[in-house]
Amino acid sequence: MFYREAGQYNTTYEQDLQAFPIKQDKIGIAIWLVLAYLFVPFFGIPGLEYGFAMNAIMIPVLIFTITTIGLNILVGFTGQISLGTGAFMGVGAYACYKLTSYFPDTNIIILILASGFVSAIVGALFGLPSLRIKGFYLVVATLAAQFFLEWCFIRVGWLYNYNPSGAIEVPQREVLGWIVTGPSAEPMTRYLVVLSILVFLAVIAGNLTRGRIGRSWMMIRDMDIAAELIGVRPLTAKLSAFAVSSYFIGVSGALMVFMWLGAAEVESFDVNHSFLYLFMVILGGLGSITGSFMGAAFIWTFPIILKELGKSWFGINATVMENVSLVAIGVMIVVILIAEPHGMARLWQIVKQKLRIWPFPH
Amino acid sequence: MTDFLYSIFVGPFADMIALPDFLMQVLWEGFVAGVLYALIALGFVLIFKASGVFNFAQGIMVVFSGLTLVGLYELGVPAFMALIITLGVMYVLAFSVERFVLRKLVNQPDIILFMATIGLTNILIGLGQWIFGGETKTMITEQLWLPTGSSVWEPNGGLVIFQHIDIAATVIAVLMIVGLGFFFSYTKVGRALRAVADDHQASLSVGISLNQIWVIVWFAAGIVALVTGIMWGARSDVSFSLQIIALKALPVLVLGGFTSIPGAIVGGLIIGIGEKIFEIYWGPLFGSGVEGWFAYVIALIFLLFRPQGLFGDKIIERV
Repeated sequence: MFYREAGQYNTTYEQDLQAFPIKQDKIGIAIWLVLAYLFVPFFGIPGLEYGFAMNAIMIPVLIFTITTIGLNILVGFTGQISLGTGAFMGVGAYACYKLTSYFPDTNIIILILASGFVSAIVGALFGLPSLRIKGFYLVVATLAAQFFLEWCFIRVGWLYNYNPSGAIEVPQREVLGWIVTGPSAEPMTRYLVVLSILVFLAVIAGNLTRGRIGRSWMMIRDMDIAAELIGVRPLTAKLSAFAVSSYFIGVSGALMVFMWLGAAEVESFDVNHSFLYLFMVILGGLGSITGSFMGAAFIWTFPIILKELGKSWFGINATVMENVSLVAIGVMIVVILIAEPHGMARLWQIVKQKLRIWPFPH
Repeated sequence: MTDFLYSIFVGPFADMIALPDFLMQVLWEGFVAGVLYALIALGFVLIFKASGVFNFAQGIMVVFSGLTLVGLYELGVPAFMALIITLGVMYVLAFSVERFVLRKLVNQPDIILFMATIGLTNILIGLGQWIFGGETKTMITEQLWLPTGSSVWEPNGGLVIFQHIDIAATVIAVLMIVGLGFFFSYTKVGRALRAVADDHQASLSVGISLNQIWVIVWFAAGIVALVTGIMWGARSDVSFSLQIIALKALPVLVLGGFTSIPGAIVGGLIIGIGEKIFEIYWGPLFGSGVEGWFAYVIALIFLLFRPQGLFGDKIIERV
């Protein structure tokens, strides 16, 4: 009985509809936000060098969390599997790059958020086949998107302004006097921008998925024919899922290039990355926003931790540890699917339940 | 504008007629690539028919088996001994997949099983790189008594080059497909496999062990993967990039139908020949590299109009 919610009564409908109805959950979220906004930007992660903690762990994890939330909307909430995530991130990144070269004076954060819409349109376009097909067949359709878009990123010179290196390079931009993008941007500024966009998008995703649209997605996932019979239009539900999911993925792609990598070529958007994001969704928990945070953080930090441990404790070189982590993640995917199909989010729920009823088993 | 239309509708055909030998060369190259796509697709179909699992790991199984073979040879094992040991490894793989993955996931939705095979892909990539290293290896062609070199045929002025290994690949593929056909029609196990493919519950009720059948069918897919790995490795090299190329078996399956072995073969040939012709004659129009997505886009168009493929059962559920 570490905590209990006895005595917290909802007396109005508004209280009943809150995202976090229990007081302890509110406190928990507040602690996380305080840590993320007030502790990490100034102190990094205790025990790690500040630049490394920011550039190699915090910023990518936050960006990939946005990707994972986006993909989770499609795979976890709507039940449409996609292997084109990498390419849709690319669409967001290239769109943002084009927008910065057309509107050099506009606030970069607005451009990043706007580039998601380009990705949303492309995503909805490639989501069209989902109206007739599903399951593995849709995998082929999304793979078509992946490879076709990858080819576009190489061949269509207009996308990278005919840059001879074929890469997109991030220009320096300022917001309110702070340098936000480009090589001279401080890790702290970039971290705070990414964090704020993540919080903003996570709130939107949380509210979308527990609202009317989210419920229609889940109905389509659970049984599409039944959903259609009780008045959910598969066309709107599926295409909106594709569009919203691609919006998130596109924004995360733009953030990845502008806030983290600084320059990107087509390799950053290839099919192997698509698998990586799918793993984040599966391990974190299909159909869970909290799980998206856990999945992204785990899949990204696990190989880094393993590499460091292998080096400092056992003296094993980095390539071997990389392969070990590949195998370990594969095994974990299989084990999670067998033992707990709802992933780490479900494990967290079980832990909370145990804390609530301890020391009694029921 | 007329130039553009000409270069789409007239130019390529004029080129084809002007240089028939070159066309023949392109067709042959496409044909061989198609045979190899068909072999990978065959592995998919075998497993899909028997267990309803869409085995995403088939591509990496091709790489893994080829890598095991070459890796063992490099460790000093004689070539044919290495071949036998690799077969053993594929059996162990089939057995453990059935025991530790499929058996635990019975009755789960298809999509969960599919994701499990993606996890399996990761395991195999990691293991392969861990044990044998990630660098590209050369296939032991001569040690396995496979022909090397090439013959030149000069039909009318030009010349068409046939690599001997390509001819061998085609012959072996045909033999294997015929062999599989006999196995399915005339042996007890083969018939049991077909029964399972038709109806799981009915075959259980007449005493066929599903678990055994799954091991056998994964092993069969492993053998197909090994043959594909040897052939593909002999044409190019054994490397992990093969895994991405192996994904092309998916459009092949869409074209041929997920449940049809003839479909896999015809689909493979169509994709193989189609993408070579498109790359050579229409590719310059788009800038090269269209080979990468041509197959998928064809599959996408196919999905919109005939989702069950050319030969597949009409099992697809309309939404």
